[in-house]
Amino acid sequence: MTMRKKMTRLLLIVGSWSVLSSCIAQDQAMNLGIPVSESDLQALDLVAPPDGTGFPEGSGTAQQGRAVFNTQCAACHAADGTGTSGATVIVGGDMQSDEAPLRTVGSYWPHASTLFDYIRRAMPANAPKSLNDEEVYQVVAYVLYLNGIVDQDAVIDKAALMAIEMPNADGFIDVSQRQ
Amino acid sequence: MTKQILEHAAANGLLNRRHLLKLGVASIGTAVSASALGAESSLNFSLPSWSRQPGANASGYGERSPHTDFMQRMAGTPNPTYPGGGASRTPLQHLQGTITPNSLHFERHHAGVPAIDPAGHTLVINGLVRQPLAFRYEDLLKYPMISRIHFLECSGNSGALIRGTNGGTAQSLHGLVSCAEWTGIALSTLLDEAGVAPQAQWLAAVGADAASMGRSVPINKAMDDVMVALYQNGEPLRPEQGYPMRLFVPGWEGNISVKWLTQLKLTREAGQFRDETSKYTDTQADRSSLQFTFPMGVKSLITSPSGEMSLAQQGLYQVTGIAWSGNGTIRRVEVSADGGNTWADALIESQVHDRALTRFRIPWQWQGGTAVLMSRATDSAGNVQPTLQSLMARQGSINTYHNNAMQRWAVSQAGEISNDYA
Repeated sequence: MTMRKKMTRLLLIVGSWSVLSSCIAQDQAMNLGIPVSESDLQALDLVAPPDGTGFPEGSGTAQQGRAVFNTQCAACHAADGTGTSGATVIVGGDMQSDEAPLRTVGSYWPHASTLFDYIRRAMPANAPKSLNDEEVYQVVAYVLYLNGIVDQDAVIDKAALMAIEMPNADGFIDVSQRQ
Repeated sequence: MTKQILEHAAANGLLNRRHLLKLGVASIGTAVSASALGAESSLNFSLPSWSRQPGANASGYGERSPHTDFMQRMAGTPNPTYPGGGASRTPLQHLQGTITPNSLHFERHHAGVPAIDPAGHTLVINGLVRQPLAFRYEDLLKYPMISRIHFLECSGNSGALIRGTNGGTAQSLHGLVSCAEWTGIALSTLLDEAGVAPQAQWLAAVGADAASMGRSVPINKAMDDVMVALYQNGEPLRPEQGYPMRLFVPGWEGNISVKWLTQLKLTREAGQFRDETSKYTDTQADRSSLQFTFPMGVKSLITSPSGEMSLAQQGLYQVTGIAWSGNGTIRRVEVSADGGNTWADALIESQVHDRALTRFRIPWQWQGGTAVLMSRATDSAGNVQPTLQSLMARQGSINTYHNNAMQRWAVSQAGEISNDYA
């Protein structure tokens, strides 16, 4: 290697190091996130947990939900919720049965909020997010009705969902703090 | 050839691991699977055709040899009631070393692989933060990055053994585990930029797939070693692994490493999403269900010889496999050839990384009798891999997640290898 080449290489190394170190110096303040407001995120933010945050306005009854369910859901879940394959069964089951329990919305799910959260984000499986908020509340009401958890005339909205005690609500042990 | 004095380390032909370094290559047989390599090769001392003509030109994107095309992920049949849902499994019995090629890394999707244009993809951080932020992909590429070698395992891996299954291969039974070098941004860097409020205890991570799949991560873990991964084995993530970005949660069940990551929302309580209530919860024999069982337990598996392979002749074989733990490094792997009555220490041959696949090997002399090959791993936290019997005695047979029990491979007198659980 000639002296000139050596010098060029050395300069390149020094040069790239100074660029790198200036990046590292700014590490604490990359700050490339663009400030936004929660209202900007309304369409994108579908998180609807049991504390009631994130639920939209609206309501529905099972009576109203029957038509939506029969059109949008019954092809896979069957009109009565007994399903067309193992994973599509959404009614029935008993956690205390002698044989391995059938785990469904009614027998297993600990929170009613999960129904709204999941149907809004992921159902119907062939066209997720195609239902409007009213229709989601109606279908949630209908699935709860099929499981004998609410009456067909019960108005299901955010407050009603928060108040529902699911049959297996006490069946779970949160071990997140053990690990 | 001088006769070697072989030191036995356990019953039924297991030899001291140090012999691996001394045995002549010609004396070690290879267990073969029906799909491997096809026609038996023969020695050829004439100059082959590929030595007599110029080969192919350099190419823009590399392809494997057509002679290895048989190495495929094993994908399930599509389910019309679950469009895009399903998994494909890594052909563990055909691979060596510890890094899974990206094209063979296992997949698990809940609504298919979205075709994401990174220019139209945004990552937002909102909820209990000082300032909600939105990040563009091109900006995330400018952040300082970290690279870590870690396994990823679906918590449903090996679940078939608890349900009861006939036969199977290392791939069909255990192929929902892979290992890669993941490169990305420490999640704490991005969370610090948004400013996590003191009351935030959980983080909801949401993907941009059709299911908008969500999982909740405790804030302590999120601030510890979780990353927003952008690269896998040096190249940008592949679509089926979350392109352009995924959460990567070292050591924990695969589902929580949310792919196609588009939202991180800081909350007081867990989101109670469908995939942490209805699914990925572990119902015990007493019908209570454990929720948020995150770390993957210490585990190992003999990948060769393994299910549906055969031993062509008596003689010396190299038994090899992989071991891993969600709780640290692999400290020890033992192998048994007599169904767990006697054990010999295997050679831990690869570099040992925290929460990564680790390769072990041991020589074994098969003398034509029946055998049951098993491996048992111990991790740096002192956890020892259980037998399937003891695991099921502890938790029952309802839960099929988090099965880290030892696999038993039965060897028949004819040299046929099969899953010994059925």
